[in-house]
Amino acid sequence: MLWASIFFYIFAFVLITSAFMVISARNPVHAVLFLILAFFNAGGLFLLLGAEFLALMLIIVYVGAVAVLFLFVVMMLDVDFAELRAGFTKYMPVGAFIGILLVVELALIITQWRFNPPSTNVQSAQSASDITNTEAIGRVLYTDYVYAFEIAGLILLVAMIGAIVLTLRQKEGVKRQDVAAQVARRPEDGVEICQVEPGSGL
Amino acid sequence: MDVGLQHYLILAAILFTIGVFGIFLNRKNVIIILMSVELMLLAVNINFVAFSYFLQDITGQIFSIMILTVAAAEAAVGLAIVVVYYRNRGSIAVEDINMMKG
Repeated sequence: MLWASIFFYIFAFVLITSAFMVISARNPVHAVLFLILAFFNAGGLFLLLGAEFLALMLIIVYVGAVAVLFLFVVMMLDVDFAELRAGFTKYMPVGAFIGILLVVELALIITQWRFNPPSTNVQSAQSASDITNTEAIGRVLYTDYVYAFEIAGLILLVAMIGAIVLTLRQKEGVKRQDVAAQVARRPEDGVEICQVEPGSGL
Repeated sequence: MDVGLQHYLILAAILFTIGVFGIFLNRKNVIIILMSVELMLLAVNINFVAFSYFLQDITGQIFSIMILTVAAAEAAVGLAIVVVYYRNRGSIAVEDINMMKG
């Protein structure tokens, strides 16, 4: 248990530090890299909580897809990020005030709050100890929560189509294959037969 | 020193607050704002998984998967909008986003 506590504090400390670096980094590429570090440490916390499937899912989805997407966009857009940081100190006091207020409120709630003992008996899917975490999730996800699962698939489909439609563009001056024009092409349009007089040229 | 539910909840609260703080701090940079939103969703995920572990109920992890899905979709669509906006206006500063005069 001691090692679990030590690892919790290590992961928590690195997570908070890197999250703070995400919002305060001067270079947005560094911000994305700190975001990746934060996700790795959150994955470590999930491992401590026995959610192995979610820990690896977090690393695969967030680090493998979302963070790399952010990295692509940051590197693709030629933006003067120093100019975007203007007003950083202007917004600092009000942001710090609201942040401190929020964290104090949340801490008060969390420290004063207790489980209502009967509420621990309303478990909808008790996690069994004799099967792996992945199997336990699968047993619930494809039975009780199959509609939520399918809606999640639909959300991803809509997001994929939306992202493609938003960024698709027909660029002028770039040759593209037009299948309809190719199929509609006739010999009369493509070939011209000329009677050329000998010695005179066209 | 034993780590309990409250430790995880306070950690998630701090992380969520950092996300809110990040939105205030980087009011002009929409990419950092999107990253702050990702941090806030991560904090919610930690809450779900912590409750799932301490209540011995796997349902929290199912909902965590749903949040993961929504976060990925949100990042994809948000970044696509940023790219289209940059293509049209040559800037991603938040105060320039006023074409619709809303």
